Amino acid sequence: MEALPITQPAHTISLFVNNKPGVLSRVAMTFARRAFNIESLVVSPAVEGRYSRMTIAASGSVETLEQVVKQLAKLVDVVHAIDHTGEDAHETEIALVKLECALDQRTQILQIAEHYKAKVVDYGTDSLILQVYGGSEKIDAFIGLLRPFGITELVRSGKLLMARGRQIT
Amino acid sequence: MVQCLEREGVEYIFGLSGGAAMPIFDALVDSKIRLILTRHEQGATHMADGYARATGRPGVVLVTSGPGATNTVTGLLTALMDSVPVIVICGQVIAPNLGTDAFQEADVTGITYPVVKHSYLVKNAPDIPQIVREAFYLATTGRPGPVVIDVPKDLSQGPCEAPFTDEVDLPGYKIPLRGDPAAIEEAAGYLMKSRRPVLYVGHGAVISGAGKAIMSLAEKLRAPIVNTLLGKGATDETHPLHLGMLGMHGTAYANKAVTDCDLILAIGARWDDRVTGKVETFCSDAVKIHVDIDPAEFNKVIHPDVCIEGDARLVVEDLIPQVDVLDTAEWLERCNKWRKQYPLKYPKQGGLRAQHVLDRLNAITRGEAIVVADVGQHQMWAAQFCKTRANRHWLTTGGAGTMGYGFPAAIGAKFGQPDKKVWAVVGDGGFQMTQAELATAQVHDLAVKCLVVNNNYLGMVRQWQELFFNNRLSGVDLEGNPDFVKLARAYGLKALRIRRPADIDRILTEAHEYDEGPVLVVAEVVKGDNVFPMIPGGASIADMLIEPPKGKLEKPVGSA
Repeated sequence: MEALPITQPAHTISLFVNNKPGVLSRVAMTFARRAFNIESLVVSPAVEGRYSRMTIAASGSVETLEQVVKQLAKLVDVVHAIDHTGEDAHETEIALVKLECALDQRTQILQIAEHYKAKVVDYGTDSLILQVYGGSEKIDAFIGLLRPFGITELVRSGKLLMARGRQIT
Repeated sequence: MVQCLEREGVEYIFGLSGGAAMPIFDALVDSKIRLILTRHEQGATHMADGYARATGRPGVVLVTSGPGATNTVTGLLTALMDSVPVIVICGQVIAPNLGTDAFQEADVTGITYPVVKHSYLVKNAPDIPQIVREAFYLATTGRPGPVVIDVPKDLSQGPCEAPFTDEVDLPGYKIPLRGDPAAIEEAAGYLMKSRRPVLYVGHGAVISGAGKAIMSLAEKLRAPIVNTLLGKGATDETHPLHLGMLGMHGTAYANKAVTDCDLILAIGARWDDRVTGKVETFCSDAVKIHVDIDPAEFNKVIHPDVCIEGDARLVVEDLIPQVDVLDTAEWLERCNKWRKQYPLKYPKQGGLRAQHVLDRLNAITRGEAIVVADVGQHQMWAAQFCKTRANRHWLTTGGAGTMGYGFPAAIGAKFGQPDKKVWAVVGDGGFQMTQAELATAQVHDLAVKCLVVNNNYLGMVRQWQELFFNNRLSGVDLEGNPDFVKLARAYGLKALRIRRPADIDRILTEAHEYDEGPVLVVAEVVKGDNVFPMIPGGASIADMLIEPPKGKLEKPVGSA
């Protein structure tokens, strides 16, 4: 299985939206209309239950993205839309990696896991599940190192982001 | 639901009944709101659109679920593209049946997402007052647009004890009003340095009623005005500073002025591809200032030097005190020279010409009628020859270019403005898409006038095939057209025919003065006429064809 390609410079957009049915469709269609590919999308409740947060990673030209962000902001259910690309914001991501793993490879894999502060969350007789968190680049590197051992499944949370200090996300 | 609509001041509902909407139709029996039963839901939506454009008040549509609702999609697109406040209320299958492929079920909110400003699927009957209030608020404020309310039948027929509300709860919705003073000052600075300014006026100016302010600004600066197809009527097109419509089929003098200007001030206009032609060469040396209520229009097509987010009227009013008279004598003289050199013209011999009919319509109506055009050649000729003098007196489908819009929209306009003369100008192709509404006009004795410009072709496409596809005609010959006079009479209408130039004034005057009911006039015009001037799609304005070309033309690179 191929890992998610995060080769193009990705933009990270955060949306603060009404927690209502249909909002995700409207947001997704705003990207789709301009043939803009969403690479990851995380939706979660905000502090107040009537709002949700969406963190969207997408790649494409800056100009198209500017239009997409404006169109997103125009949606009635979007309270605000901010492109955090290049801003000082804390970003993180979680990945779960399942490996087929013969006994003689285990030590090597566990060394890599330790180096990346990954946690073994499932210890099977011939498989392992590792949980790792950190920046997307770190996770890309981690996956790269594990790939030769035979990754059977990979699940990534998608990028999470929060603006630092008093800036709003 | 109906009480909520009454509270919003709704006079008319245009619609067509069906199972899932029956409770709402039932409630209309006891309401003072007048129901206009149309013959097709598309017709209803265009009527609401015409009503809204002619009055500035929202137009309301009521249809049933499934196909009833999907038939409004074209009307929704038309309203969205041209920023028209239309509310479409759809019956929906009962809530427990949602998502079960029930009879006449369609995912209406899903189908309509891309063609609405906003939409609601009612889940609880007590939400109805809040939703109706918000729908009207959203449709009519900011950049107006259509809103859909999808109401399951069990909720519209169940009890609703919720109180009425005037409050809206829309934290993500902001309405720009006054422009940023710094941006206005910067714009004024550029204006004061200009020697060859042009004011480029669009539909936003019509919607905000900015015409008076724009005229004051133009007179103070002594700057010429051009308008878009939808900007017609914001300012008086017969004013000496007015150069008419610009763009693909605009006047040559408007386009020449835009090509040579050193500053272009867009007021509620969005640099549409029909206006700019090839973007790279459009006003490439001119300072560009863009006033728009929708910031998503900024930097979309053109990168202006100054963008002012706000209501067109308020921004122009704030701009006026900051500018002074400009030295534009030489510039105005040049514009007037072009006006004399390249007038709109047409031959008065060699058969009946649509241009001739429309030129005379303009004269006979003294430019005081509301003219509603469909889309195609007749629309462009009407735009050229029917000089619009007052706001909301020119309605047409601009962004969407919807065939079938003109006649029902004129019906809606006439309901909204019963004291005004309303003329639909339609082609034989578009008219046949919504001609069933002849019955709607007739049963209400509605004194709407419909001019069918009949050339037995889908003429605009035929023109492109002639000019750019070696005259290989494909899918444009409307052989089998009915006799429109007989057709209208079958519906009980008064119907007249113009065959020769000598008939024009007599027939148009007769129709214009007939106020007892609807009247249809068919002008049997020459078949192969073309609209000029013309800028081929995607070409520069400088490549404008003022007259029919002598040689063969390349296929245009831009969209058709």
